[in-house]
Amino acid sequence: MSLVSHEQELLVAGVDYAAGPQDYFALLKPRVMSLVVFTALAGMLVAPVPIHPVIGFASLLAIAVGAGAAGALNMWWDADIDAVMSRTRKRPVPSGLVQPREALFFGLTLSLIAVLTLAVTANLLAASLLAFTIFFYAVIYTMWLKRATPQNIVIGGAAGALPPVVGYAAATGSVTLDSLILFAIIFIWTPPHFWALALVKSGEYERAGVPMMPNVKGADHTRLEIVLYTLLLAAVALAPWPMGVGGRIYGALALVAGLAMIHLAWRVYRIREGAPANRAAMQLFGFSILYLFMLFAALVVEHGFGLIERFGL
Amino acid sequence: MTAVTDPDRNQGIRLTPEQMRNRRLRNIAIGLSVALLAALFYAVTIVKLGPGVLRPEP
Repeated sequence: MSLVSHEQELLVAGVDYAAGPQDYFALLKPRVMSLVVFTALAGMLVAPVPIHPVIGFASLLAIAVGAGAAGALNMWWDADIDAVMSRTRKRPVPSGLVQPREALFFGLTLSLIAVLTLAVTANLLAASLLAFTIFFYAVIYTMWLKRATPQNIVIGGAAGALPPVVGYAAATGSVTLDSLILFAIIFIWTPPHFWALALVKSGEYERAGVPMMPNVKGADHTRLEIVLYTLLLAAVALAPWPMGVGGRIYGALALVAGLAMIHLAWRVYRIREGAPANRAAMQLFGFSILYLFMLFAALVVEHGFGLIERFGL
Repeated sequence: MTAVTDPDRNQGIRLTPEQMRNRRLRNIAIGLSVALLAALFYAVTIVKLGPGVLRPEP
């Protein structure tokens, strides 16, 4: 499908001048952006080289805008899907507030500004990684994988997992095992997180023609994969502790929260019928967000306040 | 002096008060973003090159 025909399909008879700044801000997917900023900050703080606060702030801003730009490009391409799903139909493009073409150029312009800014403030490696992240999310995931394979969010999860690597690269100019382990945590976290939601919303994904795991392989198979990925996640999330990337606070949290994740995933596996099944899936979905936040918050606290160096924590 | 009356003058796109308000807010948002970007590049320049960049060569 060419870009032009896709655009024509999406063209909404909207009202010019109707959108306010808040609608363009919504195109940036602010909630996703906040998680990106947080994980990138953790990557920056974990780095052995301290980064100047001004450079760090400017780099984080560039990473945030880059992530937002990828979100705008996603909303441009996916407006037809967003229009038929209850969770997304009020987004600026399907609701007609912002024209598809505006979202496209908004996303492209911000991508360019973000990558160039990061190249100037940090270094070329960080800027290249940010450009790759935007490309991977907007083109590889959104335009290709999402509508093509039930492994869409597994492979596409790489885009969401890259921000700590970008943050680390902004501080050090390198990619090491320390930043790649943070990448691995988010990468393995993504499937059980999204599939828990997909179990509940499988009807909507079916109507929208998105081949999510529950629609293609069935709910039972998805439940099994959720458990397997969660077991792997709980194990991998412990790795930063012995590696010295995380301290004791991180280690204890990763252990306890990891066991809680396994417990909730097991409940999703066991409870398969009716409202209790949906409740179990949504509990796992909700807790998975808290889980990832807690892990990276522990890293931010430990490294941001120098707890490991000062107190051996 | 007679007033010049242009029949086409009042035709074309007419914005509602809400549309005009949104347009003004969009312009303010763009202005603030450009100002922030300029301030950011100024601060990054000072940090990277040092305050000496502002002093003229002797």
